[in-house]
Amino acid sequence: MKRPDRKPARLVLEDGTVLQGRSFGASRDSIGELVFNTSITGYQEILTDPSYRGQTVLLTQPHIGNYGVNSEDEESSKIWLSGLIVREACARASNFRSGGDLSEYLVQHGVPGIERVDTRMLTRRVRSAGALKVLLTEDMDTTAEALVEKVRSAPSTSDEDHVRIVSTPEAVTWTKGHESPFAATSPGSLVEQPRRAIVAYDFGAKRNILRSLVASGFDLTVVPATTPFEAVLERNPDGVFLSNGPGDPAVLDYAVAAAKGLVGKVPVFGICLGHQILAQVFGAKTFKMKFGHHGGNQPVMDLTTEKVEITSQNHSFAVDPEHLPDSVEVTHRNLNDHTVEGLRHRELPVFSVQYHPEAAPGPHDSLYLFDRFRDLIEGVRGS
Amino acid sequence: MPRRQDLKSILVIGSGPIVIGQACEFDYSGTQACKALREDGFRIILVNSNPATIMTDPETADRTYVEPITPEVVAKIIEKERPDAVLPTLGGQTALNCAMKLADMGVLAKFGVEMIGATRDAIQKAEGRQEFREAMANCELEVCRSRLAYSMDDAREALADIGLPCVIRPGFTLGGTGGGIAYNTEEFEAICRDGLDQSMNHELLIEESIVGWKEFELEVMRDAKDNVVIICSIENFDAMGVHTGDSITVAPAQTLTDREYQLMRDAAIRVIREIGVDTGGSNVQFAIDPKSGRMIVIEMNPRVSRSSALASKATGFPIAKMAAKLAVGYTLDEIQNDITKVTPASFEPTIDYCVVKFPRWAFEKFPTADQTLTTQMKSVGEVMAIGRTFKESMQKALRSLETGRIGYGTIPTVPHTPLDGLEVEEIRSHLATPRPDRIDWLRTAMLQGMSVAEIYEYTGIDPWFLDQLMELIEHESLIAERARSGLGAFDATFLRETKSLGFSDRQIAASLCNESDTEVTEWDVREHRKSLGILPNYKLVDTCAAEFESYTPYYYSTYEDGEDEVQLCVEADSGVKKQHVMVLGGGPNRIGQGIEFDYCCVHAAFTLSELGYATVMVNSNPETVSTDFDTSDMLFFEPLTHEDVLNIVDRIDPHGIIVQFGGQTPLNLARGLKDAGAPLVGTSVESIETAEDRDLFSKVCDELGIAQPPNGMATTFEQARAITDRVGFPVVVRPSFVLGGRAMEIVYDHQSLESYWKRHAQNASDDRPILVDKFVEGAIEVDVDALGDGRNYVIGGVMEHIEEAGIHSGDSSCSMPPYTLSDGMVAEICDVTQRLAARLGVVGLMNVQYAIQGSRLYILEANPRASRTVPFVSKVIGRPLAKMAARAMLGATLEELGMTEQIVPDHFSVKAPVFPFNKFRGVDTVLGPEMRSTGEVMGIDRNFGAAFAKAQLGAGIDLPKDGAVFLSVRDEDKRFVIQHAARLHNLGLKLVATHGTARALRNSGIPVEQVFKIHEGRPHVLDLIKNREVRLIINTPSGRLERSDDRLIRSSAVTFKVPCITTLAAAAATIQGLECMRSSSLDVVPLQDYHGEMAASAVAKAQARERS
Repeated sequence: MKRPDRKPARLVLEDGTVLQGRSFGASRDSIGELVFNTSITGYQEILTDPSYRGQTVLLTQPHIGNYGVNSEDEESSKIWLSGLIVREACARASNFRSGGDLSEYLVQHGVPGIERVDTRMLTRRVRSAGALKVLLTEDMDTTAEALVEKVRSAPSTSDEDHVRIVSTPEAVTWTKGHESPFAATSPGSLVEQPRRAIVAYDFGAKRNILRSLVASGFDLTVVPATTPFEAVLERNPDGVFLSNGPGDPAVLDYAVAAAKGLVGKVPVFGICLGHQILAQVFGAKTFKMKFGHHGGNQPVMDLTTEKVEITSQNHSFAVDPEHLPDSVEVTHRNLNDHTVEGLRHRELPVFSVQYHPEAAPGPHDSLYLFDRFRDLIEGVRGS
Repeated sequence: MPRRQDLKSILVIGSGPIVIGQACEFDYSGTQACKALREDGFRIILVNSNPATIMTDPETADRTYVEPITPEVVAKIIEKERPDAVLPTLGGQTALNCAMKLADMGVLAKFGVEMIGATRDAIQKAEGRQEFREAMANCELEVCRSRLAYSMDDAREALADIGLPCVIRPGFTLGGTGGGIAYNTEEFEAICRDGLDQSMNHELLIEESIVGWKEFELEVMRDAKDNVVIICSIENFDAMGVHTGDSITVAPAQTLTDREYQLMRDAAIRVIREIGVDTGGSNVQFAIDPKSGRMIVIEMNPRVSRSSALASKATGFPIAKMAAKLAVGYTLDEIQNDITKVTPASFEPTIDYCVVKFPRWAFEKFPTADQTLTTQMKSVGEVMAIGRTFKESMQKALRSLETGRIGYGTIPTVPHTPLDGLEVEEIRSHLATPRPDRIDWLRTAMLQGMSVAEIYEYTGIDPWFLDQLMELIEHESLIAERARSGLGAFDATFLRETKSLGFSDRQIAASLCNESDTEVTEWDVREHRKSLGILPNYKLVDTCAAEFESYTPYYYSTYEDGEDEVQLCVEADSGVKKQHVMVLGGGPNRIGQGIEFDYCCVHAAFTLSELGYATVMVNSNPETVSTDFDTSDMLFFEPLTHEDVLNIVDRIDPHGIIVQFGGQTPLNLARGLKDAGAPLVGTSVESIETAEDRDLFSKVCDELGIAQPPNGMATTFEQARAITDRVGFPVVVRPSFVLGGRAMEIVYDHQSLESYWKRHAQNASDDRPILVDKFVEGAIEVDVDALGDGRNYVIGGVMEHIEEAGIHSGDSSCSMPPYTLSDGMVAEICDVTQRLAARLGVVGLMNVQYAIQGSRLYILEANPRASRTVPFVSKVIGRPLAKMAARAMLGATLEELGMTEQIVPDHFSVKAPVFPFNKFRGVDTVLGPEMRSTGEVMGIDRNFGAAFAKAQLGAGIDLPKDGAVFLSVRDEDKRFVIQHAARLHNLGLKLVATHGTARALRNSGIPVEQVFKIHEGRPHVLDLIKNREVRLIINTPSGRLERSDDRLIRSSAVTFKVPCITTLAAAAATIQGLECMRSSSLDVVPLQDYHGEMAASAVAKAQARERS
């Protein structure tokens, strides 16, 4: 088998760093905000996670593409991130589940990648400098200075409202549970339960959240991010779910307003961006973290049980607990940096987590949260 | 949950001697645990019979019992020390088994000792075959389906259940023979019939075949609050069918999708919960069907293991230390991650590099052993390499092995290049049957044009790995292409890519030599490379892929156009760079070079760090204490080659480099390092060479009037003949510059000399001649360790071997102080040693071996470096020789070290070797000049006999209190065996002998039962062994010719675990030991007490001197 002939490519940071590597995937320039993800496995899930829109993702695991790509592991219908940076992109995938190779997959979705650059150095750079804009290009002729200028003058991707773009254009019914034999479900979903109808706001929802909700006994209507709360309440749902999604939560007035209209009227569960939206409803502010949490090994303590779960995370913003009212308690804390990882209203049936209980990729330690949502709804119905 | 307050003192059980499957990883884990628990204020009582360990240093525990790890002995220690708890999960299977026995015997209950780490129930569930199957069924995990069968009908019934192909394993067969894989019913019938016939208990295990499946391992930790984390995933390069210890392994797992990995993670968590390991670490092994992803749990170890040591080194997460903390009540979130210092231990390390572990076999020591790699581990050590990619790590691992490899391919000596005349069938068969050289056959197959798919079909090695190797081979041909145009053709871009694929300078030089007619050395390549500015970067192992800042300077090299992270150590107040001292480690464990050298390296690092130097350890062995990032100020996990070491030297500009502690590995680098201008400290390279070079050494001996056995050096057979004509047979023949008596033989006649020459001397050269020494027959051998500062020299210890000369010193038992030598002889030995040390200008350590024939002293060899016996001697005299030597190398005088006088203890210490014969069925167990032991134990007591008995018990030799002793000795020994037989008879043991020996005994009036030789009829001697009637065998082989039955007797002794003594000297010592055991029960005394007594008596002596 002939090895692909990969073209030289350059990676340009707004701080002036220019590295040379080789391109794979789509042959085009891209500019994004550089974030690193420390997951060892799960690159396909990361590629297709809508929360990465506007970002160029560096994977710290040096060998990427080893097991190819397949249709089961997609977290949405397309690759949303701007570009992919790896140490080495595998040319020959090996796994019985594989249906194609990584580079081809990126080509299909028009996303460029660069390999053979010092990903560890870049990670350290992001760790100390915070988010940086990064350009990936096959242009080897333009001077380094000009490229640096290009990336500096590019508009920041972080102020954009990515949510409107990644969200479903219209309300749809989602019926698919876990179809892959390689899926894990929450302990509660193994018990036969009556099905409940919920509405899920799609701010950029990962499929595995929807699958997990279906598996937990919910019938799902997925609605656009801009859906007013009245329209949701008209459907008379047993509960409402607020999904994950890309970008700055502080710019999503419409979403905060919708959530405000729902809280107290129906049980609400939020994940990631959904959590940040709920925090704003409660009066808290969100802030941009230096480099966020992106990976599958973040320790979080459930303060209600004092048990530690290893969590899958992908967020660049976090909730500042400063202005939280007494009626809201912090239920989960990150043990690395003590940031807020979960909230619960003391009286109203509302709770949220910053991380991803649906995993995909990542550990399954937090699947119990879907059961908690279920219990919350049953509790409200019972009373 | 914080630390438990109800526990005050804890008994830690070590793993005993180094054996195949249980090596120094348990010193690493045990030492970590002891340190961690003592820091927490626990009183630690330690038992371990292995003197070459850091854990048995008197500083590591409060009470250190260097005593046999048998339930009876440990029970005595418990009775004496009354610990609150016993921690059995850090000393391998030995500690686990011992603790289980103590529980079964009721000792733990009687003295109120709690088992912490893993409970008895948990251990039983994990270890019992049936219990484990039930546990897995409870947590809905699959295990390999299997059934027992006791007849052909049973077997057929089992087959209906299990299906084909299946594996048939007969229980308890002589030599582990029989069994196999059946692919059709015909084969099945044949294998089962044969297996039932061969099995001693007529038992067959019929098991679903998962040969060819992918194999994985997860390291799991759990705390008392039921928090569970996975520390590391490991994927085996070799498919199921090869023991993990014999597999090349890779971390992290490379070929699993996240979905597959997470289900495996879930399964591992379910396993540790179901088995009920409440606190600590376990490893769980899985097999995955590569075609369907079906997952099977193979086994679970409820303790730290070889894999957990590897995982610790691979991730930077100290599993054993954490396991110890968890065992005393801490939870994971309460413990800090040592590396980041700000994040808790309750997380899962992630790594941004690739780790390859490669096993090190020692089949050269067992030429008749079957080299096929199976489910029984045969490797004696391993190396680990870290690089950014699998390719880089694989190449680094290969050149770390100390087998002459310089990377993958481009090896001038590789057995199967060129490829002419190789049949495809032959290649296929080598692919299908894994042996240590399969890695080379993969290359051969690829060079022959075999596709990855086809190679996969024969090997089961995942195509991902194969394709990585293929990439190396493709690049190798690009190197060769450039090489035709000379070194100049290697431009910066190409060379950088070559280096980033892990190719060594030597590989490039070899290619240049092959492809053009020029003589290019690695030094030329190095110079060219450096002129192009292509240098390695050093990156950190930090548990978190750079997400957090890390504080532990644990480095590996990689070539990429990026960032170097080395931070040199500076003085805290001034910011001035500290003086850095590098310690070169010993590389992989192998026979002849093991934990003893690592012990010395660790001591050097400890003491020099204390003195304010920045210590820099370089080593490639993941099992060791030296590669614990806590041991030195900087750790470089790197191959020990000129290139890799000099790159570090260039980077850190050390004040000094210590080469004399890591055994032969760093010593072989000494000349090259010195010529490259590296600042070696200690005894000069010239002195080392003087001692190694036969001519120079003979001159020194003549000059000092020290007698050597007549000898010579030969590079041709004719020269060797001339030497034997001069000195006469028998002679000892061996290559120069080897350790562990590699290829060393005693040769009795011309014919054997010729045969030796054909086998071992084909590559003899002026640089590497063959040494021929007159063999001093019937002599007593003596080992001496001495210490010098370049001006003064002191004896560390004199050890008298129990077996006579001709048996490798590493394979002999020895006694310190000497138990039969006269004071005059000992004085002469000390005098000669000191004069020799002075002549060689020893700065640091020196070991000298002597042979005493009658009253005449011969010097056999001198090695101006740390020897295998340094830890033993240090433990006997209570003074750390290696630490003092390290200080001497950096300028301290013996006076400053307070070591100006030899210390002669009042008690006796016996060192005894441990052999791997049970893993190499059919190999003859007769001892000889080629070292074959893997480890050693120490027995200490007030008299020699008791010390010897303890050493035997520690070595796992079950000395009989009753039953029969079988005697069969060569004619020369018949006169001497009579007195031994009489003493055995007096001990109440029954004597059994074959015709010749029986007659000799009867003639002396000693009652003896005569048995048939094997061909004479039945029941013969083998029947008695099999029926366990014979409990001890004394069998001395003839030096020249082998008697027909002897070999069979000795190999059945191994199979049936009957102690078999092959020299009369050892027989005499054993009888003395038996007599001691008979007259009194063995007492247990901690090292600290012996050392205290010695210190007190030294003070008393000094006072007496002052008074007089």
